[in-house]
Amino acid sequence: MSSIALSLLDLETDSTVCLQADDYQKRPGKWCAGCGDFGALNAVKRLLAKEQLQPEKTVFVSGIGCSSRFPHYVNTYGFHGIHGRALPVATGIKITRPELDVFVTMGDGDCTSIGAGHWIHATRYNCNMVVLMLDNNIYGLTKNQTSPTTPQGYKSMTSPKGAHLPALDPLQATLGVSNASFVAQTADWVPAHMFATMQAAYEHPGFSFVRILQRCPKFTPDVFLDAVQNPDLVELLVHENGVDVPSLQQLFKSRRRHDPLNLDDARSLARRNDMLRLGIFFRDDSLPVYEDLRAVPKVSAEEKVNRLNKEFERYAV
Amino acid sequence: MSKAANSVDIQEVPEHTVEIITNSGEGAQKCAQIFGQTCAKMGNGVWTVEIIPAEIEPPHHTVTSTSGNIIRFGKDKITNWGDQSKLAIAFNDQVLLSRHRLDSLRDDCIILLEAAWEKSEDEELRRMYDEAMEEMSSKNYKFILVPYEEEALKIVDNPNHGKNMFALGILAEIYGRDLSIIEKQIANIFRFKPQKITDNNIKLVESGMAWAKKNLDFRFHIPSVPFDEQRIVMNGNQASALGAVAAGFELCAMYPITPATSVSHDLAEIIENYGGFVHQSEDEIAAAGVAIGASYAGKTALTVTSGPGMALKTEFLALAIMIEVPLVVLDVQRGGPSTGLPTKVEQADLLSSIYGQPGDAPRVVLAARTIEECFHSMITARRIAETFRMVVIVLTDANLATGVQQFTRPELDVRWQQGAIDQSPVPEGLRPYEWDPETGLSKRVIPGMKNGQHTVTGLAHDEESLVSYHPSSNELGMKMRSRKLAVFQSTLKPPEIYGDEEGDLLVVGWGSTQGAIVDAVDRARAEGRKVSTVQLTFLSPLEPGLKEIFSRFDKVMTVEINYSDTPGDPYITEETRRYGQLAWLLRAHTLVDIDCWTSCPGQPLRPRDIYNNIIAKLESTEEGVAA
Repeated sequence: MSSIALSLLDLETDSTVCLQADDYQKRPGKWCAGCGDFGALNAVKRLLAKEQLQPEKTVFVSGIGCSSRFPHYVNTYGFHGIHGRALPVATGIKITRPELDVFVTMGDGDCTSIGAGHWIHATRYNCNMVVLMLDNNIYGLTKNQTSPTTPQGYKSMTSPKGAHLPALDPLQATLGVSNASFVAQTADWVPAHMFATMQAAYEHPGFSFVRILQRCPKFTPDVFLDAVQNPDLVELLVHENGVDVPSLQQLFKSRRRHDPLNLDDARSLARRNDMLRLGIFFRDDSLPVYEDLRAVPKVSAEEKVNRLNKEFERYAV
Repeated sequence: MSKAANSVDIQEVPEHTVEIITNSGEGAQKCAQIFGQTCAKMGNGVWTVEIIPAEIEPPHHTVTSTSGNIIRFGKDKITNWGDQSKLAIAFNDQVLLSRHRLDSLRDDCIILLEAAWEKSEDEELRRMYDEAMEEMSSKNYKFILVPYEEEALKIVDNPNHGKNMFALGILAEIYGRDLSIIEKQIANIFRFKPQKITDNNIKLVESGMAWAKKNLDFRFHIPSVPFDEQRIVMNGNQASALGAVAAGFELCAMYPITPATSVSHDLAEIIENYGGFVHQSEDEIAAAGVAIGASYAGKTALTVTSGPGMALKTEFLALAIMIEVPLVVLDVQRGGPSTGLPTKVEQADLLSSIYGQPGDAPRVVLAARTIEECFHSMITARRIAETFRMVVIVLTDANLATGVQQFTRPELDVRWQQGAIDQSPVPEGLRPYEWDPETGLSKRVIPGMKNGQHTVTGLAHDEESLVSYHPSSNELGMKMRSRKLAVFQSTLKPPEIYGDEEGDLLVVGWGSTQGAIVDAVDRARAEGRKVSTVQLTFLSPLEPGLKEIFSRFDKVMTVEINYSDTPGDPYITEETRRYGQLAWLLRAHTLVDIDCWTSCPGQPLRPRDIYNNIIAKLESTEEGVAA
């Protein structure tokens, strides 16, 4: 185990011990300099420290891609699986061990392409977990191929003349799924907003889908350039039940009061492409959570044997 | 043959095979289910096989609409469907014709055919009837016309909800079945329906019995042997489902696929009473992922599928093997490739189960040989999976899945139910893959265990579960994952030989063909042939001692329900011939020149076909096993 993990061996995770953000970092992230994944990792560490999550009762699940290396750098349990399949694994963990805090990190290829089926259904299951979709609009690890969220016309190794189709909008897609309960968007260049969004996502009892806009310094350094350089192109969605970061009021002039319970407005805002909107588009804490629906009472081993013996009577000769 | 007082022939026979042949939706399954269970309860050995069309309700009165059941029952234990049927209940001439064309009926088969069609008002139906009868006239079938529909209509409005029970009554009279047992079965089957349904069904059975009493002058008596053990009777999928509960599985993640699905039906009905549940995933891949996630989290998880689903789960199974998460996969094999024969039997997932992953991905593969083993293999599989942190694939097939047989009631053991893992804190310094260099075994660490935080990864990794592309680290991981298989093999015993320990021919089978092979070998041995057989359960790793056993026989031949090239066919030479899957495996494993006889007709093997091929092999002059 890493030296940081070893330093935790002596710690008791009771209320007397306070873990700092860096205690949740297992080892330094190995991403390219300037990668948006670093910002997400920092925000996650801060969130874990703020919530004082017990490292052994927290699991980070990922698929394959740059962002899926995430669990290796967090000092919790981690599951770095296969491409596109983080959500089924996370579902399996959560429905059988609901007491664990489950986080999922996926890239845009992972979530919206090869794993798109799981994305739709996991949204509907609405298991209580935080799902971070780190969207850099490109396949980075395999070196520059078009992803579903690559802007139309943007060139890559597989689309040298530019992406043929309009980009898939993950927000609209998620908001269209029955039983979707939390859909938010934040960006790597607004760390305070990202942290506040993750915090809300963690607090939401359900499947909290957070799309994090981020730049790949190698292949998509300029995808959000306009918005990064000109905060007036960004609109913050604010509400007492959403995200409202006072420190951002100065920078972002355009702020829209949006009630996250209003699904129609959320869909309509997601559809508009006049500005880049950050905030909680939709949040409904009352929707059914799959692991709650499927909870079954525990039965002792002896009782199971008794019941099965009775069951045999139906088949007795 | 003895003559009863009322001039009825009562023939005592050691066994009989009955077919109930109907349009789909006419209740053949219920009729057969009750009849089979009644025979079992009366002390007969029983084996039933479903005849299932691919569609739910194909057009009626056609040769493709046949739905039905074959029930073979007898004085002794019955282990397979036998050769041909001796009595048939047929609701129309076309479904009967389909069975005739499949050569399923004995030359002297007694056929109780619906009387309505011969003189149907519909000219086309009459023409079809006449043509069918003409085609079947090549055989000496004994036809008896029965007014199933007319009689059923006296009791119910819809004859399709009554003919089957009337037919059951006829069978009950012919074979002297105990009406009180039948009544109990009916009450059980319709326990969630209004009482009137049960009452009507019993009336129909009684009316069938009365009709047979009045109109049929023959009876068959199949003696039963009293038994002093407790037995249960069920099909293989029910046995797998109850086995999964007995084994303590807490989660079954699945996606509907024939013929595996009914395992999840049976589980869904009861597993929540045992603290577990069935999760129906969005697809086969997700079902594997959910099961792996649950198992990673320390729960006992199962995924259930059939061939095409196995193909989809491939990548996830390799991940489970790579990260050493225990997982049990039940593959109820069907005919392939591709969608193949969804409702029919084949043993063609053997090699893909063992090798169906990119890279080296050692796992345990075992096959249930009987319905009883469908039950017990779930317990065995869980134990192996957890002890060795291994993927265990249990192969059954459509023959076992829908076949019904009775077996010794299992004695449940409370230890099968115990939780998998001690969740106390991880001892200082213990690494996530603390491989014992001898055995490759390591202690499992799961979320919730203090001081055990690590990230499992499908990438090459070292003992600390850190991604490592270092040559020696990769080779160590490969070696350790493979070593577990050898260690497991060391716990196995050589297979039992049925027949003499040495001889002219050894027939090697695996899985569900055991009963038919043993019947065929018995026939050959009764004629003085020096034939023995072994039926393998463990296919990966293979059971020990095979080469030595093979050396005691002049010839060795596998019998399997899968494809192999037939010597003598165009282009088929010693160099091009593709062997049956077990033969392929055993040839590679033992370097013995093993032959095979395989067939993939989409139905279980007939003992007579196996017998004929045993004789052909014995009499062939080609060189046998290389000395």
